Amino acid sequence: MTTDTVLDVRDLRVAFGDMEPVRGISFRLRRGERLGLVGESGSGKSLTALAIMRLARRAQLSGEVLLEGEDLLTLKPRQMEKVRGGRVAMVYQDPMSALNPVYTVGKQLVEAIQLHRRLDRRAARERAIELLDDVGVPHPQRRVEQYPHEFSGGMRQRVMIAMAMCADPTVLICDEPTTALDVTTQARIMDLLDRLVEEHDTAVVLITHDLGVAAGFCDTVQVMYGGRIVERAEAEALYRASLHPYSEALLGAAVDLNLELGVPIPTIGGSPPLAGSLPSGCSFHPRCAWAQDRCRTEVPLLREVAGRLVECHRADERAAAVKEETHVGA
Amino acid sequence: MSEPETTPSGAAPVPAAPGAPLVVASGLTKHFRLGSRETLVALDDVSLEIRRGETFGLVGESGSGKSTVSRALLGLLPLDAGSVRFDGLEVTRLKGGELRRLRKRMQMVFQDPFAALNRRQSVAQIVAAPLEAHGIGDRASRAARVEEMLDLVGLGPAYRERRPREMSGGQCQRVAIARALALDPELVVLDESVSALDVSIQAQVLNLLGELQQRLGLTYLFISHDLAVVRYMASTVAVMQRGRIVERGSREQLFRSAEHEYTRQLMSAIPAVDPTVERARRRSARTEAGVSSGG
Repeated sequence: MTTDTVLDVRDLRVAFGDMEPVRGISFRLRRGERLGLVGESGSGKSLTALAIMRLARRAQLSGEVLLEGEDLLTLKPRQMEKVRGGRVAMVYQDPMSALNPVYTVGKQLVEAIQLHRRLDRRAARERAIELLDDVGVPHPQRRVEQYPHEFSGGMRQRVMIAMAMCADPTVLICDEPTTALDVTTQARIMDLLDRLVEEHDTAVVLITHDLGVAAGFCDTVQVMYGGRIVERAEAEALYRASLHPYSEALLGAAVDLNLELGVPIPTIGGSPPLAGSLPSGCSFHPRCAWAQDRCRTEVPLLREVAGRLVECHRADERAAAVKEETHVGA
Repeated sequence: MSEPETTPSGAAPVPAAPGAPLVVASGLTKHFRLGSRETLVALDDVSLEIRRGETFGLVGESGSGKSTVSRALLGLLPLDAGSVRFDGLEVTRLKGGELRRLRKRMQMVFQDPFAALNRRQSVAQIVAAPLEAHGIGDRASRAARVEEMLDLVGLGPAYRERRPREMSGGQCQRVAIARALALDPELVVLDESVSALDVSIQAQVLNLLGELQQRLGLTYLFISHDLAVVRYMASTVAVMQRGRIVERGSREQLFRSAEHEYTRQLMSAIPAVDPTVERARRRSARTEAGVSSGG
């Protein structure tokens, strides 16, 4: 029997020459688990996904990406082609650029289906219609003959999801799947993903900058900063009280309908570091209100504090402070 | 290369007492012909009033006509019907020199700062460009104005010679704001100006905009698809759908008791940054929509 773990990423690094935008990250994903990868641009979250898919062009990859025990980083390109879209599939932010504008949606779906299943054209077409129906595209019989430009943004994203789900993947990676969509469409797409992955027990890595979207979907959330995972916790615990000062700042700066009016939004100065010019020590220290001498020189490591993983020298103090607060509050 | 901090002066994006109307638009109508038979109703009898010193929020989904409204207000779009008055002047009738003079008083900041800035120019050239275009001042006075503007948006003199590609999205957006303010406008149209920015940078820029409004007495037309951001920024809010304003009111009114179904839909689609609240909300929305069955 295999374990519950379907994806085991170990010390994954992505480098372009001297630049290392993903600097040794490790995490596990259980079957059916929903993991959020949140962070700002340049944090390395999208590159992590591309590295797992072996789609990071011209990048040097190191570490291990174990998919049900098999290291994807050692596969030959031909073998990887079978895995991609098969056992690991991906949904991208912009469905228009991921679909080919000169082929009908049906033709593209059929192609995807036939790559991973031995079906003749007719059967594959039937399957394509079924899939479109399943992702909530109305009139799938007619829509299958249409071109991507004849679909709205939301409907195109449904097509992409149908394509990603066509081989019933073990792991589905969604990179900002609703960022290009209107908010009402976003809600429907997230509902669709919710239902599909539940039905198929698919493990999902949801990459998003939208902390609200992650809140509604994920069991576990990992916050990335400067190419590292700086905090990993169960969603509820993280949103209730973040231990890493960066997670706290990120959550504090998020705007939702409950934000206090008439006062400045709590935020941190500065901007995220560039991969080529990382600060010494903890890469967050120049923006951190908690930074001490040690933070400027010594690189912190991801370690367990109060039932979660945090990469901060002062995590214990922060955990104690949070605990106290909760007690006082209770 | 860190982003300068906005001074936490306690500046809130809520203007003091709103003043007299600065922009009065009535009955704006615009049809676009799509081929021989179809027409797109881009604006359908849109009326609004923006008072001096306030932030007027215009919210709606893509294609609802938000940006078309702003183009109409700035006199950049020939209308089929309707009128726009800016400080008493009929924008739609102005021509040549008069229109140019009026345009100085209204400026825009767009969504994508990289696309809106000339890649080949330095920050100093970008910010000075509107001054040159309007023939204002000489070299020395323009340079002084550029410095003043950069300081205003929290970019030090070190940024003068930078090019857009050497800066982050947030820094570029500050440059775009500096450029918009160089001519000392009264109205600034912010068209999805923070939508492309990261969470922490978005918060910095929103705070900066609030601060600038207070210091300079600016009037904002704040256009966004994001109702949560509009709620934070605007004291008056109009909701657009398919070329029409379907609901309008003060922020308090609108967010306490939205009357239009579409406004309520928009509100209920905004995720809360809280897993417990957000999951419960999503579950109930799904049950209502009857899509929870699945199987």
